[in-house]
Amino acid sequence: MALDEIKIGGLGASRRRVEDNRFIRGKGNYVDDVVLPGMLHMEILRSPLAHARIKSIDTSAAYAIPGVRMVMTGEMMAARNLAWMPTLSYDTQAVLATDKVRFQGQEVAAVIADDPYIAKDGCEAIIVDYEPLDPIVNPEQAVAADAPLIRDDKVNQNDNVVFDWEVGDREGTDRAFAEADVVSKIKLHYPRSHPSPIESCGSIADFDRSTSKLTVYMTSQAPHIVRAAVAMVAELPEHMIRIIAPDLGGGFGNKVPVYPGYVISILASILLERPVKWIEDKTGNLISTGFGRDVYLDGELALRNDGKILGVRMNTVSDHGAFFADAQPSKFKIGLLHSAFACYDIPTAYLTNRGVYTNKSPGGVAYRCSFRVTEAMFFQERMVQAAADELGMDQAEFRRVNLVKDDDFPKRTPFGFLTDSGQYEKCLQLGLDAIGYDDFLKQKEEAKKKGRLLGIGISTMTEPLGAGNSREYDILGIKMFDSAELRVHMTGKAILRTGAKTQGQGHETTWAQIVAHELGIPAEDIVVEEGDTDTAPFGMGTYASRSTPVAGAAVSMVSRKIRAKARKIAAHLLEVSDEDIEWELGRFYVRGAHDRGVTIQECAMAAYSNVPDGLEPGLENNAYYDPPNLTWPFACYIATVEVDPQTGVWDVLRLVAVDDCGVRINPMIVEGQIMGGLTEAYAMANMQFITFDEDGNCVGSNYMDYLLPTAWETPGFELHEVVTPCPHHPIGAKGIGECATVGGPAAFVNAVMDAVKDTGVRNIDMPLLPDRVYEALQTGQDVSGAPPVRNR
Amino acid sequence: MTSLFEEVPTSVDADVPTTRVELKLNGETRAAQIEPRLLLAHLIRNGFQLTGTHTGCDTTNCGACTVLFDGQPVKSCTMFAVQANGHEVTTVEGMATASELHPVQEGFKDEHGLQCGFCTPGMMLSAKALLDENPNPTEDEVRWALSGNLCRCTGYQNIVKAVLWAAEKMRQDGSAGDEA
Ligand code: FES
Ligand code: FES
Repeated sequence: MALDEIKIGGLGASRRRVEDNRFIRGKGNYVDDVVLPGMLHMEILRSPLAHARIKSIDTSAAYAIPGVRMVMTGEMMAARNLAWMPTLSYDTQAVLATDKVRFQGQEVAAVIADDPYIAKDGCEAIIVDYEPLDPIVNPEQAVAADAPLIRDDKVNQNDNVVFDWEVGDREGTDRAFAEADVVSKIKLHYPRSHPSPIESCGSIADFDRSTSKLTVYMTSQAPHIVRAAVAMVAELPEHMIRIIAPDLGGGFGNKVPVYPGYVISILASILLERPVKWIEDKTGNLISTGFGRDVYLDGELALRNDGKILGVRMNTVSDHGAFFADAQPSKFKIGLLHSAFACYDIPTAYLTNRGVYTNKSPGGVAYRCSFRVTEAMFFQERMVQAAADELGMDQAEFRRVNLVKDDDFPKRTPFGFLTDSGQYEKCLQLGLDAIGYDDFLKQKEEAKKKGRLLGIGISTMTEPLGAGNSREYDILGIKMFDSAELRVHMTGKAILRTGAKTQGQGHETTWAQIVAHELGIPAEDIVVEEGDTDTAPFGMGTYASRSTPVAGAAVSMVSRKIRAKARKIAAHLLEVSDEDIEWELGRFYVRGAHDRGVTIQECAMAAYSNVPDGLEPGLENNAYYDPPNLTWPFACYIATVEVDPQTGVWDVLRLVAVDDCGVRINPMIVEGQIMGGLTEAYAMANMQFITFDEDGNCVGSNYMDYLLPTAWETPGFELHEVVTPCPHHPIGAKGIGECATVGGPAAFVNAVMDAVKDTGVRNIDMPLLPDRVYEALQTGQDVSGAPPVRNR
Repeated sequence: MTSLFEEVPTSVDADVPTTRVELKLNGETRAAQIEPRLLLAHLIRNGFQLTGTHTGCDTTNCGACTVLFDGQPVKSCTMFAVQANGHEVTTVEGMATASELHPVQEGFKDEHGLQCGFCTPGMMLSAKALLDENPNPTEDEVRWALSGNLCRCTGYQNIVKAVLWAAEKMRQDGSAGDEA
């Protein structure tokens, strides 16, 4: 009999997570939990100034402290050609500063000592003589003619512009605007934010002189990329480098780049021939590692009176901080910002982007998003609401007019991506019904009579998740495919390894479910391992919601290869030819004789004990999967809020989420991802941002200033689903981990803006802090969140 | 603890005084000779090698380091180890017995109350402290009791469900309110 797929933990089972067994017992193994014999501890000294020349560094007092083993400076790194390292975006980044510091928190020196307390003492004893320079935190000021040059280390760099980039059809778009009945305009800033996993970054480098092998435990979402980068930067042979990413306490894009701390700990271990552990403190993490967002938009929509969007124009400026260290596909300077408006049927669009250096930390990582898609969708949905208001049209109706219709697929987006599937109107309608749209509008009117401010905000979007295909997507030239390796043992149990790296997404649970679906081996019989470059097949890691679209597809494909071989074994065991064999979950049988069959487990045993002539023994294989396209999940988020006119505080009344991520492997985990994402969306709309004062001091360098929502503030979420399978993914799944973070913020902001619409205010920049909302209500003016311009 | 051999670091500054601390850790009496500036979190993690107590922020904000101190949840990153002298400390490793998980642990697994697992030990101990005092909390009471613990992954909704699940189970088992 065919197996019951849900019972064996296959596709669609809300299987409880296997990784939880260790986490709930406190038996997770995070980098800071790893202890190696003879291990030393490293601490980094960071710059207190945002822009300054280093005149001298005196390390003698640090060396005088008992237990201090070594103090490392930029000079020492430079002597080994390691003072600078390449970034993931073809720029360079200082490992330890030699000439200048360019942002507050930049790495200046490192102390290696017997314990972390002594290492910290050592840092405090170092005397650095700085000559302060003018810092710039505002990108507009950074490109002014008289701005001090931040990157004077680069030849041919005469200003603070990183790049100018454009995409789309400029002339076609100009024509659309010339023909428009109405042009709606809006200026927005998506503030700088930080992914801030609760676990900061860290590494333990362990160089063994006797074998020349370097082993590094590291908080990395992409250990294979790190291995390649270390091989190139440190000029070590790649086969002698082993990167192990053990359990990660969250990542959200923050743990994709290679940070100076990793590199310094590696060199320290090589020089001292001892394991060296570096665990970054929270402030170090917040002020120096990969941030997200920080993009300015000047956006315009060309509209027809009936609501049809004729064209899109987006002029954007992105602030990259002191080094251009975005983690993104190399072909696109500003990630997939041009995925904006993918869910709308719009004939033409044009986007420009200017990247700017400022005296801020470098980064621009894909913070829980597929490379700048979060900014794209936020801009899109804010522009859409502004346009609907401009036309005096209902915001739901305006979307209905412009959404791509179900039978229009495959459909080119305004910037040329190819979307392939979706039921956009159905999702929108489901959301509107769930929130009780018409009733709420009535309630809102009633409340207004009593001086209460209610608002409703919608955000609909499809986003490109799961890079590659590898024709278009690579990082530093390495193609963005992914991999899986499956070994089925004699007794039908199995081990699966992939090139992805879970950080809480539950791969140990869900990958086994895919194998169970393909082979009928119960999920509990399959162990999943990731993160060790010596054992895992080469893959590009986990970010940009690429695990299920790419590595998950590879898991399917490798399982199918195993099944194909098992079929040959089954034919041998059943003494019929291959063509006479039929498959049902977990079992091959003879066509026309259902009771004559062998299970996958019997085939596994035979693979090691009774193989037919001419067939290799064993039942192992691997698959490298290069997806034909991205996956395009769709989401509709609707928020209702009440704004207190006395204080500017706003509360979420309800949040309805409709997500279509195709086939759901584990619905429980999918919903967990959505709720986590919605919380980050709420955080960004409400409180979470990193800004700077005019001296370049980071405001948001700890959890007292960088506000993350707790269980108390976080609203409840109501989740709904629509399933439109992905046409090209082997099991029809699409990415989901990031949809809510990407699409969510606009729902909250649109709701607040709807509530205050009568005052004439058209925009308040995120986060919508009470004082900003209050100011807008008092003045009737828009409120900008751009960082200050320094008086010079 | 006795051992035949203990290496003493040669680099130790002779002027740095050390002091003895003795506490009841997960029901067992443990003692150590420590520098007075050692934080409780580090005594637990590095000294006694119970690495289930995590440190996320070192500034009393994230709650990943939460342990029970004489039954009360405290952030062990902001206490000196010497302050624990003569007290009882419970960490995540002390929640389950050899054969049985604590209902809070079961609830977290059953309701998908964790993702990366980093906040989980602290979160579960805060939850346990709540249920030890209030066997039948409302959703708001749960949210308030956990508001000193940050989670970046889950969005809290399932954590709240997990705690309510555990409360229900403990009431049924009659274990509610017992000091474990
Ligand atoms: S580590 Fe103690 S509260 Fe964050
Ligand atoms: S589960 Fe990751 S921080 Fe809570």
